Amino acid sequence: MQGLYDFLTGPALWLTFIIFFGGLLARGAFYWGLSLERDKIFWDHFDPVWSWRSIYHWLLPWGGVSFRQQPVFGLAFFLFHLCLLGIPVFLDAHNIMWEEYFGWSLPTLPDPVADWGVLVLLACVAFLFARRLVKPEVRILSTLWDYALLLLTAAPFVTGYLAYHQYGDYLTWLVLHILCSEVLMIIVPFSKLGHLMLFFFTRAFIGSDMGARRDQYGRLGARTW
Amino acid sequence: MTEPAEEIQAQETPEQDDRPVDLKKIQSILSSNSGARMRSWLDICARCGLCADSCFFYLANDKDPKLSPAYKVKSTVGEMYKRKGRVDRKFLREAYEVLWGQCTMCRRCSMFCPFGIDMAAMIGVGRAVCTSQGILPAGLAKAVENIRETGNQMAVSQEDWLETCEWMAEEYGEEIAGLTIPVDKKGVKYMFTVNPREPAFYPQDVGMMAQILHVAEESWTVPSTGWDSTNLAMFAANKEMAAYPVKLMYDKALELGVEQILVTECGHAYRSAAFEGPYFLGLPGGKPPLPVKHSVQLFWEYIVRDGRIKIDPEKKVTVPVTVQDPCNQSRSAGLSQMLRELSQALCADFRDMNPNREFNHCCGGGGGFIPMGAEFKKRRMISGKIKAEQIKATGAKIIIVPCHNCFDQITDLNKEYELGLKVVSFKELICESMIIPEKFIPKEEDEEPASQPGDDGGEE
Ligand code: SF4
Ligand code: SF4
Repeated sequence: MQGLYDFLTGPALWLTFIIFFGGLLARGAFYWGLSLERDKIFWDHFDPVWSWRSIYHWLLPWGGVSFRQQPVFGLAFFLFHLCLLGIPVFLDAHNIMWEEYFGWSLPTLPDPVADWGVLVLLACVAFLFARRLVKPEVRILSTLWDYALLLLTAAPFVTGYLAYHQYGDYLTWLVLHILCSEVLMIIVPFSKLGHLMLFFFTRAFIGSDMGARRDQYGRLGARTW
Repeated sequence: MTEPAEEIQAQETPEQDDRPVDLKKIQSILSSNSGARMRSWLDICARCGLCADSCFFYLANDKDPKLSPAYKVKSTVGEMYKRKGRVDRKFLREAYEVLWGQCTMCRRCSMFCPFGIDMAAMIGVGRAVCTSQGILPAGLAKAVENIRETGNQMAVSQEDWLETCEWMAEEYGEEIAGLTIPVDKKGVKYMFTVNPREPAFYPQDVGMMAQILHVAEESWTVPSTGWDSTNLAMFAANKEMAAYPVKLMYDKALELGVEQILVTECGHAYRSAAFEGPYFLGLPGGKPPLPVKHSVQLFWEYIVRDGRIKIDPEKKVTVPVTVQDPCNQSRSAGLSQMLRELSQALCADFRDMNPNREFNHCCGGGGGFIPMGAEFKKRRMISGKIKAEQIKATGAKIIIVPCHNCFDQITDLNKEYELGLKVVSFKELICESMIIPEKFIPKEEDEEPASQPGDDGGEE
């Protein structure tokens, strides 16, 4: 187990970061090039202000029109993303690692906050999972992979939680936690989770296209939020 | 006054048609559209279903999950990409039902999707694939044929167009002294373009427009060619033919040296002339070669902004009035505020629908639905339920509809749902209530002459 631990926190971790950031960068660069050739419409009407408005509103809780119409889902959705991104980055234990590996660290969350955050996240995952199963318009779109991805997203948090509270064998949970996290990070650039990056691009397009492109000669752009 | 396309018979039954598809062509369409946007849209759709509630097809059909935008896209265009274009005619026939029969490309869903996925653009690619294999609604196929042969979707001859203008100048000149409809006058401000329905069925629209332009003492002309700004080839997703009428129009405007192209009260005509046309023609920057203005904006400038046309307060409409937000004006062209200010200037009791402006619901007549004819009428009436309910809730007795397709749809909904409405255009209301300045009031003795020499533009 110790050997596995050393591997996962050594070469595997580096590889994960390289694949995660490298994958996103490569995908971004590829799409960038492609867009110059096949998405002239994007560049013709790109507008930073309308792009930003289109992005920014959807980052706020209930900032998007759909979330205002479905406020409970809107809240779950927001908290899910907040915890998903916030906890791993600002967790105290992780920042000790950042310090060790990269020589820098970020401000950290108090442990009890992170602890509760995990429970909030898991509650959100349960809600999103149930929603996927129950609502016909979501179920019809969902593939097995969609359910699996949701569970994969939750896995690092479950295992991390168990490890932190030392239920059962600490090292086992820790190893599982690192493994799940690395798998998840490797999947991101190559799956719909790539929206981590592409969200900004697609929102910039629709914001500029429906906003800036119409917002001229005294006419008004349409708000896409 | 029947819409001619209604008479076109539904397509033969190509279910039996098992000719192989042209795989190369399909793949080339898919590939040329497979840019960063398309790839992102296909990849990142979170399958969250949030777009469902935004679509009136879904809402009007008991929330059938198969009618949610994401499902419609996934089961058609999504499948085409997934199968790398290897689809058969049976698949395309099924896709056809969805691509034309379940989506008007109104773009409302894009505003409700957290990623802003442009479902309508994707549906457009699906339509292009089907069209490339000859699978498209008969009404649109006919319109495309007409465009090919005559440059306009209803095959109105140039002679008929010019005669309509002449006739209307005469008829509407009886009420406004000195009224003319100049043809091909060079160097004027506006080149006025219409929907072929006007010369074909609603010539009075041309007459009323001439009255308004004349009273505003505008510098304008109609062109002898390139006068059709509509574009049904756009809804057939036949890019090559969609480029043709746009080219005729732009070329004519440049030849005449006008400042702007003016588009009649029609939504998709404006979409084509001002926004999509440049892409059909591959113009750099995606901009038309000269500004394109919608009539609603012109009316707004005349009445609200500049006071060039005055409304007689005595003649203002007093019964409750609402206004239809055509998708191609309010959502995709930024005219929503002008629509309202103009309505309020003409009506004492203006009532908004809800939702409205860029969040309006499509009436159900967009995306080519009206000219798609009888085959699609039933679903058009069913999906129009949302609009009918919206209108009903306002309690309006009159609805202003500044778009030809919305006009037909709402006229049909009016009957179907017994809304008891009067459906009017802006020009109709303006002509009924504008103050005609003294100098334009015909004097008893010169009642006869319709046009006066000198004011007539025919410089060519
Ligand atoms: S574009 Fe309009 S009609 Fe088509 S799926 Fe979206 S909301 Fe529905
Ligand atoms: S709202 Fe957008 S992301 Fe969600 S299912 Fe619809 S298209 Fe996909």
